[in-house]
Amino acid sequence: MAKVLMKGNEALAEAAIQAGCRHYFGYPITPQNEVTAYMAKRMPEVGGVFLQAESEVSAINMVYGAGGAGARVMTSTSSPGLSLMQEGISYLAGAQVPCVIVNIMRGGPGLGDIQGAQGDYFQSTKGGGHGDYRLIVLAPSTIQEMADLVQEAFDIADEYRNPVVILGDGMLGQMMEPVDFENIQKRKRDIPEKTWATTGRGNREHRNIINSLYIDPPVLEKYNYQLFEKYAKAEKNEVRYEMINCEDADVILVAYGTIARVAKNVMNIARREGYKVGLIRPISLWPFPKEPFEKTVNTAKAYLTVEMSMGQMVEDVKLAVQFKKPVYFYGRPGGMIPEPSVMLEQIRKIAGGVK
Amino acid sequence: MAVVFQKTKGLTDTPFHYCPGCTHGIIHRLVAEVMEELDVLDKAIGVAPVGCAVFAYDYFSCDMQEAAHGRAPAVATGIKRVHPDKIVFTYQGDGDLAAIGTAEIVHAAARGENITVIFVNNANYGMTGGQMAPTTLIGQETLTTPYGRKAEVNGYPIRMSEMLSTLEGVAYIERVAVYDVKHVMQAKKAIKNAFLAQIQKKGFAMVEVLSSCPTNWGMTPVEALNWIKDHMEPYYPLGVYKNTLEEVK
Repeated sequence: MAKVLMKGNEALAEAAIQAGCRHYFGYPITPQNEVTAYMAKRMPEVGGVFLQAESEVSAINMVYGAGGAGARVMTSTSSPGLSLMQEGISYLAGAQVPCVIVNIMRGGPGLGDIQGAQGDYFQSTKGGGHGDYRLIVLAPSTIQEMADLVQEAFDIADEYRNPVVILGDGMLGQMMEPVDFENIQKRKRDIPEKTWATTGRGNREHRNIINSLYIDPPVLEKYNYQLFEKYAKAEKNEVRYEMINCEDADVILVAYGTIARVAKNVMNIARREGYKVGLIRPISLWPFPKEPFEKTVNTAKAYLTVEMSMGQMVEDVKLAVQFKKPVYFYGRPGGMIPEPSVMLEQIRKIAGGVK
Repeated sequence: MAVVFQKTKGLTDTPFHYCPGCTHGIIHRLVAEVMEELDVLDKAIGVAPVGCAVFAYDYFSCDMQEAAHGRAPAVATGIKRVHPDKIVFTYQGDGDLAAIGTAEIVHAAARGENITVIFVNNANYGMTGGQMAPTTLIGQETLTTPYGRKAEVNGYPIRMSEMLSTLEGVAYIERVAVYDVKHVMQAKKAIKNAFLAQIQKKGFAMVEVLSSCPTNWGMTPVEALNWIKDHMEPYYPLGVYKNTLEEVK
């Protein structure tokens, strides 16, 4: 089969099916409704389970039950729905239940609107739920990459026994692009067997228990340290990013997801105007890629972070740059797209200023 | 020497943490005995609640998952949809099931989710020290109704068995009590039926058990048992509310 033209939401659903996901629990919310509709139609064809829950609260707890029972399981939602899922996500992380959670972000806060936005960066990467935990967060910027990362996400979730978030936005969910499902790019991994899953005791000597309650503080402390050993491993092995034209760049654009596409075009236009501009595109938002900043901080003159928000990832960029070089920001909230012309204007100003 | 009685294999050797006179222990034992008698311990997966029974996963000898407060029916749904041939049950209190988890229990029942729910109603939040529950009786004093529950302020106690038995997806609902031997025996029969409903793939089954909380009610264990009979039972009538089971010989 050659490439197929697909909507982002449908491509990510198909990618999940092809990754062996046979259980999907969700609740309708725009702009991710194509995922639920696709799953409702497709799951019965592959002998899987699609279930529309009564709320996102229930959906994420069904994910907990199914993931704890050993299934490859996914849910998808958009920003307000992800807020409702935060309790469950904390329990999933606490009980180390692998699953894939897709957030097709929209404008906020509150009910906001239904246009693509990037206001949930903090919520996804800094733990929107309670307690000390981390989620592995992957942010695609094309439909093909979305399909690739969804497949990878299931493997990462199983390898680390941890929820993995695919952070897209309404633009990415709704647009159509060609996708090649036969040449999915993903890493080879040793995925351990789910010997911990509650499958019924059978002939097993011991009972399997899915739980995040450790009432004795020293015991809970030890458990948290174990979780953080796992997170440290992820920080070492799961960093992903793209770097373009950074070797000689004076100004480096930093952007992820949809707006990284715009930033890339702006970079090319600026290059044609004679400005030395590069792009760092974080793909894993947690673990956040520090490496491309370490590589460029001595040669670049400044960074310009662009987001479809009032500035969230920019804080991680500043931490990575460690105040060695100026970090500028341009963003628009509410589902509005930052303008290429404004980005260019900022580049000209910054480049002029540091000359 | 012949063994004339031994503890059910459905329970581990972990000592219960329950207060003296609390009937959770009796209910745990009944659930465990029923699972052993039905020979489903090796394929049972239980879901523990948040509340007094939060450590239930330490006591039942089958696989267990600990759910967030009120979410046990959703968690059980996830498990059952992965393992439709396994036996999945939840064990929940009244705060868990009838307040914070109302949506989850109503929709699990409406879907006819093929699970068994053990609902322990002791008319207050035991674990947190005895606050008003949705099942707290009018006039009953709790930490958060120190002058007694008033209908004009707190509304009326919810009868979950009656409410849920109106739903098409429900296969079996019975309300029982465990304040004397006769009623304990009846409770065991009901719990067995609720597991049989699942085995027969009939749909959602629930047993509501009127249970005592001497610590938070401020009573002796005997007074607490009498209080169930004299005060709870009149508002929460015992009996079968729905039964679609096939006759079992």
